[in-house]
Amino acid sequence: MGKTIAEKIFASHVVDKPSGDIHVIRLDGVFCHEITTPSAIVDLIERGKDRVFEPEKIKAVIDHVTPAKDSKTALQGKILREWSRRHKIRNFFDVGRNGVCHALFPEKGFVRPGYTIIMGDSHTCTYGAFGAFAAGVGTTDLEVGILKGVCAFKYPSTMRINITGVLPAGVFAKDVILSVIGRIGVNGATNQVIEFGGPVVEAMSMEARMTLCNMAIEAGATCGICEPDSTTVAYLWEFIADQYASESAALDAFSVHKPDADARYSSVLNHDVSSLVPMATYGYKPDEVKPVSEMDGTPVDQVYIGSCTNGRIEDLREAAKVLKGQNISDTVRAIVSPATPKVYATALEEGLIKIFTDAGCCVTNPTCGACLGMSNGVLAEGEVCASTTNRNFNGRMGKGGNVHLMSPATAAATAIAGHITAVRG
Amino acid sequence: MKTFNGRVLFLDRPDINTDEIIPAKYLTEISREALKPFLLEDLKLDGFDPATDIEKNNVIITRSNFGCGSSREHAPWALEANGINLVIAESFARIFRQNMFNCGMMALELPGDTIGRLFSQYSAEPAFAEADPDTGTITLSNNTQTEQIPFSISTFDRELITAGGWLNYADTKY
Ligand code: SF4
Repeated sequence: MGKTIAEKIFASHVVDKPSGDIHVIRLDGVFCHEITTPSAIVDLIERGKDRVFEPEKIKAVIDHVTPAKDSKTALQGKILREWSRRHKIRNFFDVGRNGVCHALFPEKGFVRPGYTIIMGDSHTCTYGAFGAFAAGVGTTDLEVGILKGVCAFKYPSTMRINITGVLPAGVFAKDVILSVIGRIGVNGATNQVIEFGGPVVEAMSMEARMTLCNMAIEAGATCGICEPDSTTVAYLWEFIADQYASESAALDAFSVHKPDADARYSSVLNHDVSSLVPMATYGYKPDEVKPVSEMDGTPVDQVYIGSCTNGRIEDLREAAKVLKGQNISDTVRAIVSPATPKVYATALEEGLIKIFTDAGCCVTNPTCGACLGMSNGVLAEGEVCASTTNRNFNGRMGKGGNVHLMSPATAAATAIAGHITAVRG
Repeated sequence: MKTFNGRVLFLDRPDINTDEIIPAKYLTEISREALKPFLLEDLKLDGFDPATDIEKNNVIITRSNFGCGSSREHAPWALEANGINLVIAESFARIFRQNMFNCGMMALELPGDTIGRLFSQYSAEPAFAEADPDTGTITLSNNTQTEQIPFSISTFDRELITAGGWLNYADTKY
């Protein structure tokens, strides 16, 4: 019987099967940020187990609240910083070099096809874009990962979603994933891996694939996975050029991470996007999705463009295309948060930052900040935000606030109009 | 091993997420005990008031997909800080469920129709539940009735509870 991508990765990483369908797998990466890791570090210290399994496989960043906004967040950063120094974790990214984890770590080449990665963050599923098995975990799993380099998972069944048809102009990966979640629901892929494939995914850039996989968790999935291909190789080439004779040799090597033709899936969904239109969420769950046109006119107080879902350079380019030469409405404030220093620098070089500031947007340093209502743009009670992030839970961006999820292009058009609207023309 | 019994808090809604269980703004707390006053602070549910309904209850019975959203283990910690070691639901989000057992706590699944019946039979007046991981039974009672409901739990999950969580388990084994 053939195997799916996730099954192949499990087969090559299993170290124990303690009972039933539980697989304990070896980890290629344990990634850390300052919100969930400090409590793991403190607990390990209290237990007399302040050790790390392999400093090279651990990557750490301060990204959720940065620069620190108060002494509590400063302490979280301090604990992570001192721990990284103590254990010689070379890849620790402090303020100035830091960015949103799920944008920064792939950009640094830390995610490769066939890897197993955990992080104390639910959107770790983003890394599946590279053909990796990557899953968000809680603090205890993170502690065991740091200490032993292993993690236990139920053997994952895989749901295959083929994105078919042709993506219309002005419709993006964000619209695709919102429509998928709207179709299968917030619980539609719980305890499963979603393997994304089909012509639309094959034609997507790595950035778009990351947007797609980023929100797999919003359907309950353990991980979203794309097949590694020549796009994956081209993205990673600067990091792997010394390991392979040529890009095509790398492509050959990566082909072991493709699913078998006779792989068995728990279900196969064909999702045709040829007539897809820009989508947005309306309620407090990410599956409460409808066409932007049906929400046209909904007033908003704030527009937020950024996050691990849509804070990459392609996202800023799409937003800038819409905002170029325009002013945002007097009735809204707009915040643009490039996801990494490299994204920021590229946006500066390309003149995007000037387009944003000329339009009246506030451009912040790379950080999660407002996405989870912790800093840099928290909503007041009763306020509404049009946001390119991934979660519209009640209170997510501030107690009593309401979030509508959408693509960067739709968010930019909304900023200009002052109410929810799709890009015209 | 922790204890798994107490008066039941019924939360009648599916998809209760971790932001509702413990809002992100409290994630700057490093001590688990500090989370205690904020459990379910943002949950808007008719007839539920966190100020009065949490203290007297030690078990939660709820609908499907409980604990969806963020990976924060602060959700089980906030429950534990309030003496709640047992949640019974139709289903759980993967990370939340794993976090519960990783902490030596229990997240038990019962079929949707059983959960529905428990809501209609027990939620109107004070009810008490106790789960025994060794026998695999939940005992549910109120003033007028008592019943035993079987549940299934994997050997691995039972070992996590006995070991007091995944760290102790993994540390001796790997
Ligand atoms: S940008 Fe938002 S969703 Fe992404 S890691 Fe940061 S807080 Fe989480």
